[in-house]
Amino acid sequence: MCLAVPVRIVSVEGTNAEVEIGGLKRKISIWLTPEAKVGDYVLLHTGYAINVIDEVEAQKTLELLQEMISTDEVH
Amino acid sequence: MRFIDEYRNVDLGQKLVSRIHRVCTQPIKLMEFCGGHTTAILKYGIRQLLPQTVEMLSGPGCPVCVTTNADLDKAIALAHLPNVIITTFGDMMKVPGSYSSLQQAKADGADIRIVYSVRDALDITQNNPKKSVIFIGIGFETTAPTLAASILEAEQKEIKNFYVLSLLKLCPPAIKLLLMIALVGLSEVKLDGIVCPGHVSAIIGSYPWEFIPRQYNIACVISGFEPLDILLSLVMLIDQIELEKPKVEIAYRRGVKPEGNRQAQELMARVFEPTTATWRGIGKVPLGGLKLKKEYERFNAESTFSITPPLPREPKACLCGDILRGAKRPPECKLFGESCTPENPIGPCMVSSEGACAAYFHYGVSYG
Ligand code: SF4
Repeated sequence: MCLAVPVRIVSVEGTNAEVEIGGLKRKISIWLTPEAKVGDYVLLHTGYAINVIDEVEAQKTLELLQEMISTDEVH
Repeated sequence: MRFIDEYRNVDLGQKLVSRIHRVCTQPIKLMEFCGGHTTAILKYGIRQLLPQTVEMLSGPGCPVCVTTNADLDKAIALAHLPNVIITTFGDMMKVPGSYSSLQQAKADGADIRIVYSVRDALDITQNNPKKSVIFIGIGFETTAPTLAASILEAEQKEIKNFYVLSLLKLCPPAIKLLLMIALVGLSEVKLDGIVCPGHVSAIIGSYPWEFIPRQYNIACVISGFEPLDILLSLVMLIDQIELEKPKVEIAYRRGVKPEGNRQAQELMARVFEPTTATWRGIGKVPLGGLKLKKEYERFNAESTFSITPPLPREPKACLCGDILRGAKRPPECKLFGESCTPENPIGPCMVSSEGACAAYFHYGVSYG
């Protein structure tokens, strides 16, 4: 029910956007994420974008994972 | 797929698991609040990889599962009204109410349509101006803003035949009640840490969980749904517990900001207000649900249509209530996999794609 998947915005028209999911296009609402723009990835939940994915934070999380493991290996 | 594949790296996952084995020195009890997490934990075999000392309990975070029979009976009663079209998420169809299900009502001739989004329900409403279209509004904070948006859209477009049965629920008050019950010794479940729901938090942020470490001394980490997200959250939880410094941390930073989604919060607050709601397994939760504000009362299906649902009853021997509180595990139910299966469910936890019983049935090969 609270499932949300990352999708990429390909075009924006008012509070609607077209996104790409596994090669397919589909219309969604971006009323809840007015800051969303073309090229952004958003979390799509039941036809609505509920957040714009923060790419910088996504990268930082991956770095944190690497770091955790390397400090672990030193021990 | 981007933002998914990176978080499924097996090698990294194995290293995180060894870190958990090395760092965790004491027996701990964790609850994953969200049914989506329960499903992912079983699907990716995470439970089997953890040390024996780490106990994972599933929580009440499945909107379909916590919907009471009394509320299901209302939806079914609405479906039997003339000139009504019921629109609902697919997961609700097979859930048994006291005497029937929406699926049974449909077989008996009721016009019930499965939608993927509440927007589809609005389209159906516009295409059927002579019918009353009712959306069965189940969901948590993740879904509530989408319902608010659709009601505001219906208002803007002057759609007069759209109604909502609001069964929306708010998660932090439910956790608060669970923890209070445990604190006064009325429950067997004493938790050391909670894996907090990722997409509920995408909307509400991390602040509404702050009371958990502060008042109850319990560790909290907001988690994403990929295997590495969950393992990272477990590492963070165990670190907090080992250091005896419980706090709220976000492991799912690409999707959750501390302040949440302000626009979504604003739309939700414009249309709905908190109210007491009954959760299956937990009971009456003060401020644990959402009802339509007075200004939007004309969208309220319950007050618009007169229905007399039957006196609700519960299926005998079904342990859904205990399972939703983390007090029991699905295999402890005598009916599990015997008379209760996803094909012939007896309780909602076997129906929903996020239900703990369904998850154990599909993925829990070597549960214990
Ligand atoms: S296995 Fe079926 S009957 Fe038992 S608790 Fe789960 S849903 Fe209820």
